[in-house]
Amino acid sequence: MEPAKIESVQKELDRLAKQDVFIHLETTNGAYATHNDESFFSSGAYIRNAKIQYEHGKITGPNPFRVGLKMDIGWVYAEGITHYEVDEKGRLLLAGHDFQGKLAVALEIGTTPFE
Amino acid sequence: MEKERQLLVVFPHPDDEAFGVSGTIASHVKNGTPVTYACLTLGEMGRNMGNPPFCNRESLPKIRKQELQDAANAIGIQDLRMLGYRDKTVEFEDPEKLIQHMGAIIEEVKPSLIISFYPGYSVHPDHDATGAAVVEAVKRMPKQERPKLNLVAFAKNCIDELGEPDIVHNISAVMPQKIAALKAHKSQTQLMVANVEEKLKQKDPDMLAWLENERFWSYEIEN
Repeated sequence: MEPAKIESVQKELDRLAKQDVFIHLETTNGAYATHNDESFFSSGAYIRNAKIQYEHGKITGPNPFRVGLKMDIGWVYAEGITHYEVDEKGRLLLAGHDFQGKLAVALEIGTTPFE
Repeated sequence: MEKERQLLVVFPHPDDEAFGVSGTIASHVKNGTPVTYACLTLGEMGRNMGNPPFCNRESLPKIRKQELQDAANAIGIQDLRMLGYRDKTVEFEDPEKLIQHMGAIIEEVKPSLIISFYPGYSVHPDHDATGAAVVEAVKRMPKQERPKLNLVAFAKNCIDELGEPDIVHNISAVMPQKIAALKAHKSQTQLMVANVEEKLKQKDPDMLAWLENERFWSYEIEN
């Protein structure tokens, strides 16, 4: 993973627009958040291999960045994005790592399903 | 430590074995007891990826698979099985399917002792679901064939509700293996291990006690 850069990520979002894509979208505070701090309300969600099409996507900042994908009848949204990578399968992997380096949010877009 | 004929360890995540029981496993290996470790998932949804991150959500499982193998080698586990479930989803599997899967492994391996998590007292939903399936699978066996269950618990209320653990193994004789197992799970323990080693060097009594003493509750099944 590399620190996210608006220009590079925007280019990838454009590349993957207007076609069937699979997404992995996740937020997490870890399974031990409430165990470590009882006052912490643990929450999180993930969806893996939702098949969507988006008309256009945009990354905006300052760092940490936000990403929105506009669909025909809805939206995909992620905030807290700090890192990105295009993997060997051409999938765009976006992630937000917190101040300790732990993953807090992920948005991944690929033209083939995630394993 | 009593010599066992065959040990079966069942945990849901790579590294679950490292913190609380790797010394006990290494001690059984040293005693000549064959060990099977069934690990349900590859910890696919872990949050630790190094700082700065050296892997990502998609490459993490491959890295953790290798780390699991390395940790198993470090403590001498020869029969390591990865069961192919997915991190954070164990509690949503069909419980009957999970119980039967555990039952089939127990029937094949025929352990004299099983180490797993104490259902309801193990914090992570995958831990509780794994422990519950193992306990239920053992309950369904004829009484005379049942292996012993030594379970790990670490919920805040475990001492209040279960009492003090009735089994405490001092594993100082195999501390190097335990540290090696912790280190093998590099993506998860990188920062922690540096801290542990520093405290060990200073002979910090709390850290030594935490590492040296592995605690279990024996689980008795009525009828």
